[in-house]
Formats: sequence, C-alpha cells, structure tokens
Amino acid sequence: MLDTTYRAEIPGGIELEAQVVGPLPRFLAFALDLMIRGVIMIVLSLAMIPFGLVGAGLWFLVFFLVEWFYPVLFEVFARGQTPGKKTLGISVVHDDLTPVTFGSSLVRNLLRVVDFLPLMYLLGLISMICNQRFQRLGDLAAGTLVISVKKTIKPRLLEEVKPLAPAVELNRHEQTAMVDFLHRSSQISAARKQELASILDGVTHAADEDKVLTLQRIGAWYLGVR
Amino acid sequence: MKQQSFEQQHRQTWERIEQALAQRKQTESSILLADDYMLLCQHLALAKQRLYDITLIERLNSLALNVYRELYRYQRGSRFNFFSFLWRQFPLAIYRQRYFVLVATLLFLLPGLISGIWVYLDEFAIYSVMDTPQVRNVEQMYDPEARKLGRERESDTDVMMFGFYIMNNIGVAFRCFAGGLLAGIGTLLVLMFNGLHIGSVAGHLSRLEYFDTFYSFVITHGAFELTAIVFSGAAGLRLGYAVINPGPFNRISSLQIAARELIPLLYGIILMLTIAAFIEAFWSSSTVIPVSVKYTVGGLCWVLVLIYSFSGKRFESR
Repeated sequence: MLDTTYRAEIPGGIELEAQVVGPLPRFLAFALDLMIRGVIMIVLSLAMIPFGLVGAGLWFLVFFLVEWFYPVLFEVFARGQTPGKKTLGISVVHDDLTPVTFGSSLVRNLLRVVDFLPLMYLLGLISMICNQRFQRLGDLAAGTLVISVKKTIKPRLLEEVKPLAPAVELNRHEQTAMVDFLHRSSQISAARKQELASILDGVTHAADEDKVLTLQRIGAWYLGVR
Repeated sequence: MKQQSFEQQHRQTWERIEQALAQRKQTESSILLADDYMLLCQHLALAKQRLYDITLIERLNSLALNVYRELYRYQRGSRFNFFSFLWRQFPLAIYRQRYFVLVATLLFLLPGLISGIWVYLDEFAIYSVMDTPQVRNVEQMYDPEARKLGRERESDTDVMMFGFYIMNNIGVAFRCFAGGLLAGIGTLLVLMFNGLHIGSVAGHLSRLEYFDTFYSFVITHGAFELTAIVFSGAAGLRLGYAVINPGPFNRISSLQIAARELIPLLYGIILMLTIAAFIEAFWSSSTVIPVSVKYTVGGLCWVLVLIYSFSGKRFESR
C-alpha cells in the first residue's frame, strides 16, 4: 500500500509503470462529479417547468442517464476521465493499462451501488484498503484500476558543470546516483546538498565548498558531458 | 553509450511523438505513432537496462504509456455490431447462463405464486405485504368502474410515465445484478421481494375480480419486463456464484471472467426494459385499444420473447 507503483508488461516487450491512486483523490473526484450532476439536474428541472408532464418525463429519463451512464460515457469517450477525474489528474484503465472499454466501464459503474453499501462507499473503501492496487469491488470485477496521469515535471538542468573523471571507476548503481544528484541539485537546498556530499568525504577528499561541485562534475562526466 | 549522447541521438523521435500525441484528433497521427511506438519501447528498455537516470526513464515511461493508451483506445463504432448482438450474442449469453436463468425464474415465480394464491384465498393477507394506502392505491388504479387503466391517461402523462418506468425499472434491474456481488444475497432479496409483491397484487386484484383491467394492462409489457428482471437476477446469481465457487481460478479472476461473460446480457436487459417502458407507457395504458387486442398482442409478445430466449443454443460451438 505504501509503494503505489503498478507494473504491467505490454506487447511492446517492456514493462510500463503507473501510479495507482488511493481513496482520497478518487473520493474528491466523485464529489466533484456529484456536484456537476446535481447542477445538471437542477438546471434541467428549471428548464423543464414550462413543458409540464412531458418535461417531467424527460427529467426522469435524463436523471436515469446521468445516474447510471454519466461515468460510463465519460470514461469510454474521454480517455477514462470524468470531469472530476480530469480535474484530479486521474484516469480509469484496464489492469493491462489499456483504456477502458464500454463493457468494463459499465460493469465497474453498475457495481458502484454495492461499493456504496452500507453507506458512503464503506465497502468500496474496505476493498480498496485490502488490495495493493486500491481497487474497489467494481474495479475488481471489471479488471480496472485508477492511475495518476499527471504530467511529470521535467527537471531543470544545472548551468554548465565541467565534467570530472572520477579517480576510481564507479559501478553502474553508483554512476546513476551521481547523475541523479546532478539532476536533482536544483531541487535540494544548499545545506542538504552539503550534508549529502559529506557522506563521501572519505572518497572525494574535497574542501567544504568544493564537495558538492565535485560530485556534480562526476555526475556530468557519467551523463556524457565532455 | 553515455546518457547525454543517447538523449541527443533520440531527442527528435521523442519530440515527434509528443507532437503527434498533442494533435491526436487527426487520424494520420496514429500511423506515425505505431512506428515510433516500437522505437520508444526499445529506448525505454535500453534506458532501464543501462541504468540511465530516473528522470529520463520516467519521461520515456510516461511517453510510452500515453502512446500505448492512444493506440489501444476505444474506436468509435468499430467493435459493436447491433444486429449480430441481437441475433446471436444476446441469445447465446442467455443460453450460457441457462442454469442461473432457471434458478432466477424459480426464485421469482415461487414466492409470486405462493403469495398470489395466499392473498387470493385470504382476504386480509394482502395487508401483511403492503400497507393500507398502498392497497387502496392499487385498487383505484385497476378499478373497472373508473375505467382508467394503469396509472393515468393523457398523452402527456404517457411521456412522463415512460421516463419514470425507464428510471425505476432499469434501476431495479441494475441493482438486482449488482446485489449478486454480495455472494448472490442482494439478487436473491430483490428477486424474491419483487416476486412476492407482484404476486400479491395479482392475487388481490383477482380476488376483487378486476381481471380485464389488470391482466390486459400487464400482459404486453410484462413479456419484456418480467423476463428482463429474471435475466438480471440470473446475471446477479452468476456473479455471486463466481464469488462463492471460483473453481480452478482465484476468486478475483473468477469474478472477472463472470463479469466479462455477462456484459452482453446486461446490454440485452437494458434493451428489453426500454422496450417494456415504451409499451407500458404508450400501449398498455391506452383505453382506446380493445381488451381482446391487448390479450392477443400480449400473448404474441410472450411467445416471441420466449422463443427468442431459447434461440441461443444453436450458436454454441461444440
């Protein structure tokens, strides 16, 4: 439950990773959708007043469609996202990370009434907590999950750092650590960078102010800067 | 190869893919994506294997995920053929769930028959099923003196009742299906309660000898409505059975297999209940149509629905 990374092997021969989304964002998305649905129904009931009983019939019809098919239609035709999910940056997918089809979206949304039991999605919440993919009962039956589709922020590279060949050849994991340190430098405070760099004091033997720069230069070397 | 030269070498490809994704409404972009997708998969695999830094891997991963979701997205109109569904898939789905349909029928009919006969014989039994205002309401609706069938009668009212029947009846069918997830108990309750309720109303009105007003009203749409409720019960029971007895599968796979099997059945139930709502609102409630015509058409509908429901066997592959 702590590691929300979900991996699926796809036909491209690789493993894709996605982050599954927990109860709170999903509940917020649901609440937002509920508000939108409420507004639709209120506006419609005002608009239908002049049409009397025919208007009432239309209202019932739209109420039915909005109650049961609002999530289905959005999930199928809008890339797994109802307006609420879109706002929260989450999306419904199959457990092989393909977009949901009409059938599976219908199943997961019809079974919503069971997840709602006994009140306020208690059963759904228990189900989400009991499996690593945060699936409610409807998700389990339909084979779907909700993942985060937020845009990842691209790291800003540091201004030019001159590469420095390390005195000893580092293994690949150490190399990666160096490159990561360089890439993350802009996001870490100066004091923390000092602290991190001083772990390697015994290796770099650099003066205080040089410590950080030395590691960054080694990172740049392994990144391939020449 | 160092990460930076790798990035420089392939940057153009990635940017091209990003552009194609941004303008995904245009059709030709998907052809471009298919080619670049294989390249992208290679790049991601290489980047992981060479332990390039995490930001690059994350970028390629999210790019690949987006292209993947684009390539496998739902294609409008390409999957669903309505006639093949009506002719083949729906009857076949009914045939495959025949045992559950049988059990659902019994769960619906038996309480209906028992309560019907009981209410017919015992004057006061109806009050243990419904309260007094409800009973009076039902009596008024079908009172031959009033000559007002079903609920009410102007064309405006018909439209309103159509909307109401759709909302109410399909809602009941959906809940009946979903209740199956609770080991079938929800379905069991919905089926038996509806059987009991409908049975007692029929028994009570027969006691009062309101035959023509009641039976000519319910016979036509009942063919679709009652059958569809039984089918939704069968679907719910199938779901519950998958939970209780997963057989050779694990419980979740068993549930998923059942759900996938049931999708055509769900479509069919929605269709049948829509037809039923149409008939109930615009045909059954009409006072212009003679009772004999209603019985004939209603009987015909029953025969057709039953023949249709049993027509799936020939499509089963051996």
